[in-house]
Amino acid sequence: MTTDAISTPTNQAPLSPEGRPPGRVFDQLFRIATFAAAIVVLVVMAGILLTTFNEARPWFQERGLASIFGTQWVPISDNAGNVVDPGLGAGALIWGTLYTSAIALVLAVPVSIGIALFVTEIAPGWLRRPVVFVIDLLAVVPSVVFGLFGVAVLVSPLGNDIYGPISDALAAIPLLGALFHGSSGRSYMTAGLVLAVMITPIITSITREVFATTPSALKEAALALGATRWEMIRGAVFPHARGGVVAAVMIGLGRAMGETIAVVLLVGGAANLGVGLFESGETMAAAIARSFNESTGVQRSALIGLGVVLFVMTLLINMGARWASGRSERRLRAGR
Amino acid sequence: MTVTSNLSLTPSIGRFPTRRGRLLRDRLATIAIVGSFIVVLIPLAAVIGYVLAKGASVVDWQFLTTSPIQNRPDQPDTAEVFGQVLKFGMQPAVIGTLVVTGLATLLAVPVGVFGGIYLNEYGGRGTLATVLRFFTDCMTGVPSVVMGLFVFTVIVLNTQERTGLAGAIALAFLMLPVVIRSTEEMLRLVPNDQREASLALGCRKAGTIMRIVLPAAAPGIVSGALLAVARAAGETAPLLFVIGITYRTNWNPFAGETTTLSVQTYMNAAQPYSTAVDRAWGAALTLIVIAFAATIVARIVTNRIQARAGK
Repeated sequence: MTTDAISTPTNQAPLSPEGRPPGRVFDQLFRIATFAAAIVVLVVMAGILLTTFNEARPWFQERGLASIFGTQWVPISDNAGNVVDPGLGAGALIWGTLYTSAIALVLAVPVSIGIALFVTEIAPGWLRRPVVFVIDLLAVVPSVVFGLFGVAVLVSPLGNDIYGPISDALAAIPLLGALFHGSSGRSYMTAGLVLAVMITPIITSITREVFATTPSALKEAALALGATRWEMIRGAVFPHARGGVVAAVMIGLGRAMGETIAVVLLVGGAANLGVGLFESGETMAAAIARSFNESTGVQRSALIGLGVVLFVMTLLINMGARWASGRSERRLRAGR
Repeated sequence: MTVTSNLSLTPSIGRFPTRRGRLLRDRLATIAIVGSFIVVLIPLAAVIGYVLAKGASVVDWQFLTTSPIQNRPDQPDTAEVFGQVLKFGMQPAVIGTLVVTGLATLLAVPVGVFGGIYLNEYGGRGTLATVLRFFTDCMTGVPSVVMGLFVFTVIVLNTQERTGLAGAIALAFLMLPVVIRSTEEMLRLVPNDQREASLALGCRKAGTIMRIVLPAAAPGIVSGALLAVARAAGETAPLLFVIGITYRTNWNPFAGETTTLSVQTYMNAAQPYSTAVDRAWGAALTLIVIAFAATIVARIVTNRIQARAGK
């Protein structure tokens, strides 16, 4: 520490109006305090894994592999009250989480890339800041407000006027008929649609930053060779940004998988392994929020276990995203 | 024409695209790009428009300041008490949101700023700082509902009580990584000359950070913290299990259950009664005004900084 050499007691003259500069002890304490604050992150991350896993153990122990791979979530009893299937298999919920997130990505990724290109390549200078501001506002709309909007405004017209006719029209076609099956307003599709709106800002802001780092020499070279703007984008911007775009998509996927409140209100609540877009389903996050407060015993343990599964899946996806973006020079801005 | 095609800027398959084809494709791509921005304006405008239209007819001074919330949606939204017609209000939720979010900010911002200081001023490019940075980034991706479960298992199970404090801790954990990383970024913008000048004058590192570096980065740190607050104020999932529910205004986050605007929006939105849905719109409008106000202030601060720095 060079400072220690300089500030020997002899030249420790008052440097500021507030009096003597902080002493050596304070200097060390300050350093320790900042280190302790930075370590909180590790403590919390380890704490999440350990404590939730501990609470979830009864579920894993009682059900074994069926806890994760079992497809029946709601217990089934026959008329006599005998338990036919004890339920609490997370398979259908994991499927629902992946399916709604996939729908959201299919809808959100092209639009997000389009907006990012609009901001970086097409919009005139004066328009860029307002566009970014508008996307930021979208990011601030609380999840529950999207959920309320979906429930109060979207659900019934979507189910009656859009899903129903589409599903009827396509029913006879083999693959499409199965895909577009159902007519429930609260469905995988509705949840995926709203999730798409919710993850668009984060994917947009990351891809925008990556696109903006394309060296202008590359872009100008492409244009000078006679490329149109679109050819320049495909030839110069996209190859440069590939890692960052992959990372953006993975971070969007992680967000979509963990999103809870809007999905609780819009997905329907019936655990469902099907591919019918317009049928109601359930996701892990939604199942936790829906029934945690009324749960007891092994069911509570199972819901916490869903949290563990969700945490591990999103953690792996986020780690993958950092790895994918590792090549690009600029670090991803956290949480924006 | 053939020259540009050979440069493989256009990945043409089998045949050389004509000039008209290339220009057409460029035009279509431009339309798609501009279109994607317009597409995203639709949900934003629809959501804000509906919340304003539906909420404005519900929210008034009485809505914000009366309690208790009468969570019996089968009943009409007003009641006569001693000859006075009262509208049922959201005061417990308004106070709950302010108390819980405020306490979360008090917890998250100091820790987050200190963490950011460590990463930028002490850790630098070292291994430990790199690992911490990695996990801080990963922590931004932890689903909020998982954070709720974590706080439930660690705090609610141990204290056997649901309180505003538990909710504030959950929100603080969600805000923490955002504050750390935005602080670090703002500190990185402070020129090294200023640190060196301070050190050369004999100020120790801690003093340099407190008196020189932090003041220089303060507006940016405030702006980043405000964005985190805007997010936290709207969070519902982490609060559902840990703050409980109440129909009375509870100013004390350390004892007794509480409620927030976000939780009230959720619970009323899930009801089939129109009076409940009206209340949900009212709570949503109040919530969105709080969140947007924080965002707009943060944006103004950021723009100031950028203007001062000369772009």
